[in-house]
Amino acid sequence: MKLGKVIGTVVSTHKLEAFRGVKFLIVQPLDENLKPDGEPLVATDSQQSGPGMLVTYVGGREATLLLPEKFNPTDATITSVVDEVDRS
Amino acid sequence: MKIGKVIGTVVSTLKIKEYEGEKLLLVKLLDPDGSPASDYVVAFDRVQAGKGDHILLIDEGNGARQVLQAGPEGAVRAVCVGYIDSIDLAPPRPRSFGG
Repeated sequence: MKLGKVIGTVVSTHKLEAFRGVKFLIVQPLDENLKPDGEPLVATDSQQSGPGMLVTYVGGREATLLLPEKFNPTDATITSVVDEVDRS
Repeated sequence: MKIGKVIGTVVSTLKIKEYEGEKLLLVKLLDPDGSPASDYVVAFDRVQAGKGDHILLIDEGNGARQVLQAGPEGAVRAVCVGYIDSIDLAPPRPRSFGG
């Protein structure tokens, strides 16, 4: 699981059946200091997250387990909306 | 498994059910000699680790689902599974050049 910031949304009407009703968000991956780290990616949403929110996301096969249709080809899904990262 | 150091915690209210009642740790990955590697991970805790602790962690779904008893559809990957007391590294082998 990694930290990211939602920086946008993607609208796609014509898509695979497995993605019906699924929201796509653009996520900027962050490093442990919450600084941008690497290229933005498109993630599916399992929470009610939106632009501006700090989130955790999971990649790999685990990402697919969070969508309503389990047999889907997503490679990143948001798992939580972060309230606070405590590094004190 | 990987070696890491706990550098913080992550607090969420809105989250998937697997995160309910769990502490999420921010873990910086380390090289075997203890120097920071480039990557980090947000991991579950199974060893009561706290900030500054050196830990062993897995970053793989099947092992994580077993440890967390998350069921076959648990979207979990990274779990701290051990507390590291010390690491002994063998000295580098003397190189031989030909002969």
